[in-house]
Amino acid sequence: MDALLQFLLSGVTVGAVYALVALGFTIIYNASDVVNFAQGEFVMLGGMITVFTYQAGLPLPLAAVLAIAITSLVGVALNKLALEPARGAPVVSLIIITIGASIFIRGAAQLIFDKQLHRFPSFSGDQPIHIFGATIVPQSLWVIGGAVLVFIGLWLFFTKTLTGKAVLATANNRLAAQLVGINTGWVMTLSFALSAAIGALAGVLVTPITLVGYDVGVGLALKGFAAAMLGGMGNPKGALVGGISLGLLEALTAGYLSSQYKDAVAFIVILAVLFVMPQGLFGKSTTERV
Amino acid sequence: MKLLMTTAVSALVVLGTTAAMADIKLGASLSASGPAAFLGDPEAKTIEMMVEQINEAGGINGEKIDLVLYDDGGDPNKARTFATRLVEDDEVVAIIGGSTTGTTMSILSVAEDAEVPFISLAGAIQIIDPVHKWVFKTPHTDRMACEKIFSDMQQKGITKIGMISGTDGFGASMQAQCKDVAPKYAIEILSDETYGPQDADMTPQLTKIRNTDGVQAILNPGFGQGPAIVTRNKAQLGIDLPLYESHGVASDGFIELAGAAAAEGVRLPGTALLVAAILPDSDPQKPVVTAYKTAYEAKYGETVSTFGGYAHDAVDLMTNAMKTGGSDPAAIRDALEATQGYVGTTGIYSFSPEDHLGLDLSAFKMLEIRDGGWTLID
Repeated sequence: MDALLQFLLSGVTVGAVYALVALGFTIIYNASDVVNFAQGEFVMLGGMITVFTYQAGLPLPLAAVLAIAITSLVGVALNKLALEPARGAPVVSLIIITIGASIFIRGAAQLIFDKQLHRFPSFSGDQPIHIFGATIVPQSLWVIGGAVLVFIGLWLFFTKTLTGKAVLATANNRLAAQLVGINTGWVMTLSFALSAAIGALAGVLVTPITLVGYDVGVGLALKGFAAAMLGGMGNPKGALVGGISLGLLEALTAGYLSSQYKDAVAFIVILAVLFVMPQGLFGKSTTERV
Repeated sequence: MKLLMTTAVSALVVLGTTAAMADIKLGASLSASGPAAFLGDPEAKTIEMMVEQINEAGGINGEKIDLVLYDDGGDPNKARTFATRLVEDDEVVAIIGGSTTGTTMSILSVAEDAEVPFISLAGAIQIIDPVHKWVFKTPHTDRMACEKIFSDMQQKGITKIGMISGTDGFGASMQAQCKDVAPKYAIEILSDETYGPQDADMTPQLTKIRNTDGVQAILNPGFGQGPAIVTRNKAQLGIDLPLYESHGVASDGFIELAGAAAAEGVRLPGTALLVAAILPDSDPQKPVVTAYKTAYEAKYGETVSTFGGYAHDAVDLMTNAMKTGGSDPAAIRDALEATQGYVGTTGIYSFSPEDHLGLDLSAFKMLEIRDGGWTLID
């Protein structure tokens, strides 16, 4: 019994990490239909910048805020320098540009920071919390809390605010959005800044658990992308549910079946779900107008 | 100003050696960039530093060494091209290199065909087993790390263990070697778990090991962040079993990442180089590791690594063989094979026609982490 609870707690911890990364994909996807494969690099930058500014003597909260601010600027720069000049290119080309950007950011991080792994202290210590014989570290609660808060924020943003609706409108039809007076260029800049900030926040929250190095972004982006696909790309609820489900699947497979197969089982389930529901669990089914 | 002078002088020395068309040509192909750069970069720096030192001290029997160094980026195809270029165009008399097992295997066939002595810096046991006439290697094998750990377990009366291994190349290779050699030490592996190199939480695997009846210790072959997370998770779960890590994480960085409290009591096999400061003065390796560590850290301003140590030993072994064998490849090879009791940073080497690694288990020191620092066990 306590084993099951431990597997569940582990699954939720890992799942919340995936969910935070998956949530970062949502905004840019909603604004432009582009899956931003540099999202993992935003997570890495959030962690790395916090590590280095913290080591330089800044208090941890300030270092974290600084990391999130700098990463947002990187997101804006990515949009201005790499994606905006290619405006009008098909979505696939834009996605390939983000892959190139992710390689570039990784290389730059390797030079600017270093090739070592790093960590900074957990926010509330490392003393595990015992729940019916199972344990969870306080930092996991921060990650879970962070994922839920970002989810609520995004949900409110897209359903209750005019700006959020402007973002959705831009994705739906850029020309029509312009005609009704939406500044689509500004919407794109905003969506990159917000996505990068969410990614960096994820990096700040998960680093005490997962550690950070210049190359952790790829693995995180892959799992976050899988979670987002499972839940339905572009839907914050989908990102949260997809992330937690993926984490639980992995933990339960590792616990009851075999740890050798945990990634395989997770991906088989994702494939099965997408086979039945191509839009993911919460994705809107859309019809293409010809 | 003084610094400027020294730089100018050393630049002149370097220029001077190349201009003089040095007499002994030593070839090297290393993975100084690319995915294996953490191996090749310190290796290349070490070789460059040592050749410079040797030439400043007058060379070998009065002849300077001309180093031809290529960066194969960890690509076996490039390594083969560079190895061919080394023997055909550059006409080197000996080769050091092959940071990874893949690149080593490429260079190996070229060196065998061209009959040029070759010292590899890669780990796999296949490089020297079966023995190739012209091929030697300096790093100890994964198998030896397993044996060192198992012999320590044996002394503590541990016979049943749980294993949790990374699925990356390092972890998978060591996992296989440990499973293979375990029966020799009467160790029974009751639970065999794995984790991905980027995984964030290993508590399910550790819970399974804890719930396996009879497990007396946990062994974690792995590299990178995995072992640090395993160590933290084990402390989180409050599992009261001895934890053994591999030589892959034997660095101060590991204690920092895992946290001193969680890492307390962790045991692992490491080389003398990593514990240079706490080696007893009676240890024969103390002067060698201290000299190399001091010189490397002064020159490059970064901490020495075990990998750089492999290159250090390879250069020393090769140049010692050149001192007796001169510049004839066959004579160098024979002198190399006759090496007895050379004290290097990795261990004490004694080659023979049947053994081209020349290290025994004493090359590893069993270390334990206490109060956030290293302690020698034996």
